[in-house]
Amino acid sequence: MTSMNSTQDKAVNQQPIDLDMKMQSIGLNAWFGAKQVLKDINLNVKANAVTAIIGPSGCGKSTFIRCLNRMHELVSGAKTSGQVLLDGKNIYEKQVDPVQIRRRVGMVFQKPNPFPTMSIYDNVAAGLRLTGTKKGKNLDEVVKRSLEQATLWAEVKDDLKKPGTSISGGQQQRLCIARAIALQPEVILMDEPCSALDPIATAKIEKLVVGLKRDYTVVIVTHNMQQASRVSDYTAFFYLGALVEFGATKDIFEYPKNPLTEKYITGEFG
Amino acid sequence: MRGAPQISLNFLTQSTSGGGIGPAIQGTLILIGLTSLIGIPLGILSGVYLAEFGNNKYAATMRTVNDILTEFPSIVVGITVYGVIVIALIGEYSAIAGAIALSFILIPIVARTTEESLKLVPNNVREASLALGVHKWRTTLSVVLPAAKSGLVTGTLLAVARIAGETAPLIMTILGNRYFFQGLTQPMAALPLEIWRDSLQPQVSLQAQGWGAALILILIVLSLNIAVRIASIGRLKK
Repeated sequence: MTSMNSTQDKAVNQQPIDLDMKMQSIGLNAWFGAKQVLKDINLNVKANAVTAIIGPSGCGKSTFIRCLNRMHELVSGAKTSGQVLLDGKNIYEKQVDPVQIRRRVGMVFQKPNPFPTMSIYDNVAAGLRLTGTKKGKNLDEVVKRSLEQATLWAEVKDDLKKPGTSISGGQQQRLCIARAIALQPEVILMDEPCSALDPIATAKIEKLVVGLKRDYTVVIVTHNMQQASRVSDYTAFFYLGALVEFGATKDIFEYPKNPLTEKYITGEFG
Repeated sequence: MRGAPQISLNFLTQSTSGGGIGPAIQGTLILIGLTSLIGIPLGILSGVYLAEFGNNKYAATMRTVNDILTEFPSIVVGITVYGVIVIALIGEYSAIAGAIALSFILIPIVARTTEESLKLVPNNVREASLALGVHKWRTTLSVVLPAAKSGLVTGTLLAVARIAGETAPLIMTILGNRYFFQGLTQPMAALPLEIWRDSLQPQVSLQAQGWGAALILILIVLSLNIAVRIASIGRLKK
């Protein structure tokens, strides 16, 4: 416990933290059954920036971001303790409806998962339709804007009626990003969004991620360190369920404070 | 095939006294309709509950009971319904009692196939919807069920085909009738009963009538199976 806190203090010290925090986790713990997978995570996610979470497999990075929109608790036997603040308010308060949180904190998954029975258009519109948040907005316009933001519009504009699963994997992943954007969330969580994609599709998504931070706060999990250094402003290194080091991406990659971090980013283990 | 020479317009539409099996065909179709009306919604509801909300002790019990019911001897279902509905509630052999008995056979099969088809829908599809902030029930209704649709249709049609040929529960519930439909609370004819009765008769002409009825029943079940084929071809294309 104490050692964790000191690690966190170091992280805080090396990076001047401004008050522009979109999300904060405070003493966050998470379990699958009896197994604790996150230990006392204190992490700040800055607004309109890309925060990358890196670390070896099984270190809890995915679990961490699933705690940020309360998806973790959907797995049977999973539980959490501690706080996660969204705009300063704890999303784990009793009266908070997780469904509402997930509308504000969107998510893109590791494997592209467009709705198999829906067309490209319906996939993007699904969030608005199924949550009943159309609010008289022009659906066509929202779909177009979302696909444009996801840099997919030019490729699919003539095939909007085709099934969402008929396009390539990289396009499907951008479709999933468009689907998340359509709801205008405040934060977008991405769980290794490129791990199932080829390099060209990956490059497109990376470019898109950098563009997204103008309007959204992005948290991206990746096991690809080059990707973290290319797209993120801040990087957090997780190991065995603990946050080892957190700071500006440049600092983490050029002057890692913790020997573990250095070993990981130089490829000595992982 | 020995039933083939029997088939004629007269045979299909006349009542028993006119040498036809019209009442039996009508009765079987009514039974299929009524049973589907009662059994399919209940079966699908139970299946959805088991697959999507069934992560608790109550559902585990329900699943076991459902499994036992699936393998339940149909004559026992007939006797039970006879005791509860025919004797205690209506006081008469009746069409509705037959439909209820067949529903007891249909529901567990439909519930089981529904649960199985829903479990085939990958979990990441559910997660995608929930992560958009869609409620669980809406996710089930608008995302999971459509994804499992063809499996549901196939399973349900097969279950209906199975109950169309059930005989034992009908002996105890609808009894049989020489006339066309008299009302839900009256005895009714049905093809399986017709075949069974005719086959016990000494007269050759009645036995021949039984063969004809058997052919018609087979054709009804066959057409349901063809419908299943068409439904599953639709699935393969997707």
